[in-house]
Amino acid sequence: MELSEREQRIRAGEMGEAARIAIEQQIAVGEFFGAERFVPVSSVHMMGDMEVMGDAGFAFIQDLVDKGARFTVPVTTNARCVDFERAADVRQDPALVARERRLVENLRRLGALQVDTCINYQTVYQPHFGEHLAWGDTGTVIWANSVCGARTNYEAGPAAVAAGITGVTPAYGFHLDDQRVGGPRFEVRCALRDWADWGALGGIVGRRTLDYWTVPVLAGLDGRPGPDDLKHFGAALASYGSCAMFHMVGVTPEARTEAEAYRGRTPPATHVIDDAALDAFYRTYPENQPEADAVIFSGPQLSLLELRRVVELLAGRRVHGNTALLITTNFAVRDMAVRLGYVKAIEDAGGRVLAGSCWYIMEPAKMARAHGWRNIVTNSAKMANIIGGYRLHPILRRTDLCIEAAVTGRLPDEARLA
Amino acid sequence: MSRAAVTGPPGFGPDVEGEIVLSRDTFSIRYDMDRETGVISRRGHALEGQSLAGKIVYFPAVQGGVAAGWAFLALVGRGVAPAGVIFGKTNPVMIQGLVLAGIPAMHRVSPDPFTVFRTGDRVRMSPARGIVERVG
Repeated sequence: MELSEREQRIRAGEMGEAARIAIEQQIAVGEFFGAERFVPVSSVHMMGDMEVMGDAGFAFIQDLVDKGARFTVPVTTNARCVDFERAADVRQDPALVARERRLVENLRRLGALQVDTCINYQTVYQPHFGEHLAWGDTGTVIWANSVCGARTNYEAGPAAVAAGITGVTPAYGFHLDDQRVGGPRFEVRCALRDWADWGALGGIVGRRTLDYWTVPVLAGLDGRPGPDDLKHFGAALASYGSCAMFHMVGVTPEARTEAEAYRGRTPPATHVIDDAALDAFYRTYPENQPEADAVIFSGPQLSLLELRRVVELLAGRRVHGNTALLITTNFAVRDMAVRLGYVKAIEDAGGRVLAGSCWYIMEPAKMARAHGWRNIVTNSAKMANIIGGYRLHPILRRTDLCIEAAVTGRLPDEARLA
Repeated sequence: MSRAAVTGPPGFGPDVEGEIVLSRDTFSIRYDMDRETGVISRRGHALEGQSLAGKIVYFPAVQGGVAAGWAFLALVGRGVAPAGVIFGKTNPVMIQGLVLAGIPAMHRVSPDPFTVFRTGDRVRMSPARGIVERVG
């Protein structure tokens, strides 16, 4: 890699040992992927919590703190594995909570803005077209690349920390024009009525794409998606397909037309997604019993509009005594939802609104065991995908059916597929 | 006859020698692996029940998110990390995580390692030269 004078000085240790370690790691990653240079980044979003880091990651951060490291660009933190205020309430491991507290203190010493959100793009930082970023959490990356036209690779925790310290990231992958050209074309012919449908669409495209370096193109959509439609679609596409970007013709900024998405090239393949394909996707999440043990809205954290919809669907009814209703959001949205009365409405119904976390990283298998939950009903395709890997039983359904399940304690007839 | 080998672009890390484990299935740390033990835990995965500790592992592709960034270091901390990882196609977080953990890594190898090695073969992985060869 060709280094600027500043980057050479960092490598020589002139900006401290921590910065030297950081840039050496970035050079190793950059050279692996053939980067020729670094680009400055204006925002870093990092995933760092004890659930993913373990003791070794904790020690790595502690070492950076001890070496006097400081972030040189704004660094925001992703959702974490603990809601400190409600940890006991949802039966989280006290040892995990204690270590998470110490980790958070260290991240603050490095200069992190501890916002603990996976929807930073809806509440904290809206990148503009062409802006270079170093973002982690796949849902944030796919949003930034696709919806904003900003440029970032998946930057895992340590890579984001490195970028926060050096203020630059290696220019490979989605920082470069060639990586952003459209790939397989998906003709959308199914009706999309709910966030779960959009997540399912992301899951279908993801399962057929399965490649970080491929940018699927969605064409033929009827109407315009809302922000939470795009959020569920992108989060699911990233989760099922490891994708970091999509084009949606007429919707996303680098695909005002199909020709623009393909930059004059020919689509490599076309797939049609119809109602039958959507239905078949739901059928990969059959019910295991008539009862709904837990209904969970999370992954990504809910926006204010999603919380409002939950309140509207509850319509003053109470959650069934044998069923739990859990929702995760961030602090900003929770505060707004408190002002608007949504949190009170959900809590009065018997539900809980957690802040700063996301359920699938809250040691979900342990929590499910502690509560005796045998299934998890959700409208999030991303979460269904992840917790399936934890040997929990996810049931993906539309939002209104999830709420009916929460209120009646059973999956409504129209939600039963088996 | 030339020695059985697969090659790719230069990778990361020092040379390492060990037993190779070949997977037909893709790899995700969060979805497929018990991060306490380094054992593949996902039901139905081609390597279900296989420990990756000390092995040189090949996966044709990867899946999943940024958890891999920290997870390899955590595996090193628990003494159950692979000795080296070879991919067909990979993604940035896998490499970021392997670099952090100091575990040798390569990608885009050819020909298909299944046509050259069998699980259990002893191989030397030389990332700087971009080659994995059978030894012994």
